[in-house]
Amino acid sequence: MENPNEKRRQELEKYFDKKGPFVFLRVAQMKRAWQQKNRRELTWWESTYIPTVVSGIWLTSKHFFRNLTLHILHTVGLFKDIPASATYQYPEQPRPLAKRLRTRHRLMKREDGTPRCVACMMCETVCPARCIEITATEHPDPNVEKQPAEFILDLGKCVYCGFCVEVCPEDAIRMDTGKLDTSEYSRESMIYDKKRLMEE
Amino acid sequence: MPKLTIDGKEIEVPSKTTIIQAAEKLGIVIPRYCYHPALPVSGNCRICMVEVEKQPKLQIACYTMVANGMIVKTNSPKVLEARKTVLEFLLVNHPLDCPVCDQAGECKLQDYYMEHGQYDSRLDDTKVKKEKKAFSIGPTVMLDQERCILCTRCVRFTDNITRTNEFGVFNRGDHSQLDVYPGKQLDNNYSGNVVDICPVGALTDKDFRFKCRVWYLDKTKSVCPGCSMGCNITVEWDKSRPHQDKKTRVMRLKPRVNPDVNDHWMCDTGRYDYHFIDKNRILTPQQGDNLISWDQAIDTMAQTIKPLKDSGHLNKIGILASAQLTNEDLFLIRKLFKDTLNGSQIDFRVPQSLGASDDFLLKADRNPNTAGADLILQPAEDADLRDIIQKARNGGLDILYVFGHDLVKLFGKNTVEEISKNVKLFIFQGSNVNETCGYAHLILPSAVYAEKDGTFINSQHRVQRIWPAFTPLGESKGDWEILSLLSAKIGAPISYPNSEEIFDDIASSLALFAEMSYEKIGDQGMMLWY
Repeated sequence: MENPNEKRRQELEKYFDKKGPFVFLRVAQMKRAWQQKNRRELTWWESTYIPTVVSGIWLTSKHFFRNLTLHILHTVGLFKDIPASATYQYPEQPRPLAKRLRTRHRLMKREDGTPRCVACMMCETVCPARCIEITATEHPDPNVEKQPAEFILDLGKCVYCGFCVEVCPEDAIRMDTGKLDTSEYSRESMIYDKKRLMEE
Repeated sequence: MPKLTIDGKEIEVPSKTTIIQAAEKLGIVIPRYCYHPALPVSGNCRICMVEVEKQPKLQIACYTMVANGMIVKTNSPKVLEARKTVLEFLLVNHPLDCPVCDQAGECKLQDYYMEHGQYDSRLDDTKVKKEKKAFSIGPTVMLDQERCILCTRCVRFTDNITRTNEFGVFNRGDHSQLDVYPGKQLDNNYSGNVVDICPVGALTDKDFRFKCRVWYLDKTKSVCPGCSMGCNITVEWDKSRPHQDKKTRVMRLKPRVNPDVNDHWMCDTGRYDYHFIDKNRILTPQQGDNLISWDQAIDTMAQTIKPLKDSGHLNKIGILASAQLTNEDLFLIRKLFKDTLNGSQIDFRVPQSLGASDDFLLKADRNPNTAGADLILQPAEDADLRDIIQKARNGGLDILYVFGHDLVKLFGKNTVEEISKNVKLFIFQGSNVNETCGYAHLILPSAVYAEKDGTFINSQHRVQRIWPAFTPLGESKGDWEILSLLSAKIGAPISYPNSEEIFDDIASSLALFAEMSYEKIGDQGMMLWY
C-alpha cells in the first residue's frame, strides 16, 4: 500500500517547484526533515536519559530549597533584603509600574469641582473599542458652555490604547491612576460612570 | 453669450452671470462665506477672490460679471495667498472653541482652514471677547457673537426671504457684532434656515444643541410629511454609534435643494416635527390590552372579513384611509378594498383639519399626499370621513379600519365610544399612540415615513420619492406589507417584493402615472402629466 504521507509530499513538492528560487530552499529543508538526516545519533549514555533527568531535578530543587529557606527566614524577619524569588507577592507587594504606563482612566476636575471635560466627543469618536458614551448638556458657566451629563466608560470593552487621552483637547481624561486590577463580579460593574471616574 | 476661460476650461454662459456661477457650471467650487445662491450678493467676506487676467487686482468671484474673452484663475499662487490672508483676518477674533461648537464638522471656517490656511498664528494680542457667549435670540436659535464672521447671510435672509428684518450688524471695526434689533426676537416660522445658511457656528439650533456631533449623522433623502407642499428634506439620523443604545434615531431634519419646490428652505413647523418618529410609537400588534403576534392579528382581521366577503355584505366594511400614506400604500388599499372587496366604503378626507398657512412654504393642508390619495382612491365628491363615521356609529358597519387618524380628536370621545360598541372589529393601524388606540379592538403598528420607501404627490402635483432611513421600529411594518399579508389570508393574495414594483404597477394601471418609475422620479421629483 502506498504511504499517504509520501503522496502528500509529492503533491507539495510539485507545488513548490512551480514557485521561484526561495521555494527550492524550503523544499530542501522539508526533504531533510522528512528524511530525518539532520538528527544526530544519541550515544548509549545519553539514550538512557539519566543525565538530563538528574540535571532537571537538580535545577528545580535548588530553587525550591533556596526559596523555602529564604521564605522561612523572612517570616522571622531575617535577610529581608534578599528577595526570596523573582515573583512579586501580589497583592501584598504591588509591582512597580512605569510612570507612563496606561492604567485605569480618570476624569479631571475644574477648580469648582465640575468635570474639565467639555463633551466634545473626540474620545468617543476615536475609541476603537467604542467603549465611551457621552451625553452632553449645558454647563452653568456660559464661557465653558458644554459639559458631560453622563460619561460612561465600559472597562470591559476598553483596550487601553490611550487614544482618548491623546485626542482630548482639554486634558480632561488621563490614564494615570496606576490601577490595573479592575476585576468585578459582573459586567455591569465594569461600566464606570462620570461619578466613579471622577472619584480619584 | 460671453465666452470665458476658467482654469484653462472654456465655457459659454449667459451675460450677467457671475464668475462664481460660471465656475460652478464647470464643477469648480470657489470658496465662499457671504455668497449664497438664493440671497442677494453682498461681497463682504472676500474669500472668493480670483485672478482675472489683465486686471491689476484680484476680483471677487461672487460679484464680478463674466465678460467675453475673460481668463480666470481660481488656483494661482496669488489667489491661494489671498485666501490664506482672508482666513487669517477672519480668525483674528474667532474663538477656538470647536470642541464645544455644534457646527464643528460642517463648519466652512474649519474646512477652508484645513484646505487653504494652515499657517502659524502671528497674533500676539488677545482675541476680542463679546459681552455674552451663546444666548437665545428666539424660540429656536442661539447666537454666539464671538463666532460670527459677519458674512450677513442671515441678515439678508431675514431682509429678503422672510422680510421680517430681525437681524442687523451693530457697531464698527472689531466691535461689530451681529444681533437682533432691540426688543425683537427671531420668531418667524422660517428661523431654522438661518442656522443652515450660517457658515460658522454663530447661529446654532436650540433643538439640536449638544445632541449629537455632526460626523455621527447619516443622511437620507426624504420629503417633509408636514404639509402638502412636500418640501425636499434630508433626514439626519444617528447611525455611526450603533454601540449606543440611544432611544432616538433622528437627530434633525435639513432642507434639500429643489428649485421647483422649496429652493433652499423649509419652515420650522416641518423642521421640528420629527420627534414622533422615535417617541410614543406603537411597537407590537395589540388586541385590547393583550400583545399579540402578527399572525394572530392578521387572522383576527381575516376571520371578520371573510364571512362578509363570502356573503357579499361588503358595504359593511369601512376604510378610513389617510393622506399621510404613500401612493404605494394607497394603491394596495385600492386594490384590496376597491377591486377585490368591491363595495367597501373608503374615504380619507378629514373635515376641518386646516392648519395655519402662509404664502411661502407652509400649506394649510397638513397631509403630504392629499393629491395622491385623491388620484388613487378617487372617492365620491362632496363627501368625507363623516359619512363612514356616521354609519359606524349607527351600527351599519362590521369593520372599521382606521389608518392613523385620531378619531377622538376629530369627532370627540362619545362618538368613538359608540363606534367601539357598535362595530364588530375596530382596527387602528398607525405609527404612534393616540387616544383612539384606547377604543380600538385591534391595534396594528405601522412604519413612519422615514422607514418607508415610496412616493408622495404634493400640492403642485409633483411626484416625489421618499427613501427608508432605517428599519421600522419594533415589530411595525409598512402599511402595504400589512395589507399584503391580509390579502393573502382572505384568499385574494396581492403580493409585491418591494415598493418599486408597486409603483411600476401604478404606472401601468393608472394613466396619469404612465411611464413613471422610481428612476425617472429621482431625487428632484417629477410632475404628473395631465
